[in-house]
Amino acid sequence: MFSLFLEQLLNGLQSGVMLFLMASGLTLVFGVMGLINLAHGSLYMVGAFACAAVAAWTGSFWLGLVASLMAAALAGALVEMLVIRRLYKRDHLDQVLATFALILIFSEGTRWIFGSFPLFLNVPEALSGTVTIPGGSQYPIFRLAIIVAGLIVAAGLFALIGKTRLGTRIRAGEADREMIAALGINIDRLYTVVFALGAALAGLAGAFVGTTQSVQVGMGEPVLILAFVVIVIGGIGSIKGALIGSLLVGFTDTMGRFLLPIGFEAFFDPASATAIGSALASMLIYIVMALVLFLRPSGLFGTEA
Amino acid sequence: MSMNRETILNIVLAALLIAVPVIAQIMGEPFIITLATKVAILGMAGVGLNIALGYGGLVSFGHAAFFGIGGYAAGILASHALNYEPIMEAPFEINGTTQMIVIWIVALIASALVALLIGAITLRTSGVYFIMITLAFAQMIYYFAISWPAYGGEDGLSIYVRNSFPGLNTLDPISFFALCAAMLGIAIAFSAVLIRSRFGLALHGARQNSQRMMAIGIAPFRVRLVAFVISAMITAWAGALYADLNRFVSPSMLSWHMSGEIMVFVILGGVGRLFGPVAGAALYILLEHLLGGMFEYWQLPLGILLLVVVLFARGGLIGLLAGERKHA
Repeated sequence: MFSLFLEQLLNGLQSGVMLFLMASGLTLVFGVMGLINLAHGSLYMVGAFACAAVAAWTGSFWLGLVASLMAAALAGALVEMLVIRRLYKRDHLDQVLATFALILIFSEGTRWIFGSFPLFLNVPEALSGTVTIPGGSQYPIFRLAIIVAGLIVAAGLFALIGKTRLGTRIRAGEADREMIAALGINIDRLYTVVFALGAALAGLAGAFVGTTQSVQVGMGEPVLILAFVVIVIGGIGSIKGALIGSLLVGFTDTMGRFLLPIGFEAFFDPASATAIGSALASMLIYIVMALVLFLRPSGLFGTEA
Repeated sequence: MSMNRETILNIVLAALLIAVPVIAQIMGEPFIITLATKVAILGMAGVGLNIALGYGGLVSFGHAAFFGIGGYAAGILASHALNYEPIMEAPFEINGTTQMIVIWIVALIASALVALLIGAITLRTSGVYFIMITLAFAQMIYYFAISWPAYGGEDGLSIYVRNSFPGLNTLDPISFFALCAAMLGIAIAFSAVLIRSRFGLALHGARQNSQRMMAIGIAPFRVRLVAFVISAMITAWAGALYADLNRFVSPSMLSWHMSGEIMVFVILGGVGRLFGPVAGAALYILLEHLLGGMFEYWQLPLGILLLVVVLFARGGLIGLLAGERKHA
């Protein structure tokens, strides 16, 4: 029982870290450009497909991973320059609609190229074993590697935002975009870079998660909505909020699905306990979100609604 | 002047919507009648959303929740009635029904209660928060419907015989169309009266300047909440009809794609236009039918078209044909 609990905790951490890779890009784009991007899940999908296709072609997961980063960043930069750029001054309704249209284009385009059948990504040879975790059960090394890689990327992102010149510009862009344009910074290029950075993070998450689930059209949409919940909880535009929110959502979701059905067995017969428990568990993160909003309408680290 | 053009356009649209199925009936083309019925029902869902989105400026990305609640009201009540299983036995017995009127009342009450709850939380926020949170709550109901096994879960629920309406053979396509078109007419007439009423003016004011509204003693929150609830109820009513059209209800009616589609109807037609959602739904279904017949991946050209409309043709179909609105 203890090892099962620990396993679920690790799964929760993994899902939280992957969510952070999604949510950080989303919240960055909103914070800097004031744009709500529904097509962020499509960039996640692009990353997963690029990784699966290149890994199948070359036989190397690592090349696939590089391809996922590049393909998602490229797709992000292209979309920003062709479409998104025209939306910054529009209201949120236009942004929602245009990026909804982008989802249709990305999903249907991917289906056209790759077909409707899911692709599968194999875990690289070097990381394919399992380790024994305290309590005695086996846990896949690759999942641990994903957690570590995700945490490293998260640390890198914090360093990038906090310590580098690009990060200073991004923060300045969040604070006052007219002012930094007046200071001679090419704001168009900054926006493209930020968008491509967010896209690359989403693509990376897609490639990682693609190894634990199947790679298929529409895979980005559930994750996108979870990422929305994360940034609503954390406060829109806050990277720190995205981190806290991701971990909160990751743990709540995973542990809820694990513990609620068990908890209900104390009151109901096993079949209805599973049914009620899993139905309630699927709603749990939204209940948490509602609670956070009730106490703090602009999220945990948000500044304005 | 432009109002006149819009009124003429509305009359032409209404006449077309009625004429096409009548001609299809004479020509013996029941499939076209079904398409027109779909336009009427989805247009009605859009008319509901338009109250929140167009008149209230509340960009709800979760109206599929209400559409689906309407659908499940029809599905659940009908399945209990057809299987002769009471919904509740103690303390008193409640049975299912196949009477549309009862189903509609249940759909309206259920959606109003859910909208009241969701609205009370989401309307504390605004802007992007509102969009994301309405989406999130709709998603919550979607996942609940998937994981709750009693009513089909992921597989959905079939309605073996279309529910009945007094004095009408609802299985006859043209009769069912007439019923749906009449309900659409009621919804449009209701929203026309609503926006011209004192309440409609208050809603308009709350969208434009909520501080000024507060200064003259009207609480914008309450006005918005009522508008949100009314909007949800009309969409749920359309959802009940949609379940009867397909004789099937599944979680896909609750999905965020559905929310997006209802929003697309409103915007393709023209936000805040009385007949906008109907024009948008008609265009969407026509495109779906035509493109779908030519090309397996029809959502690709649809997405591109939608993108072009948003980027370059603001004001939607009605805006394009009837000119700018008098007051934005």
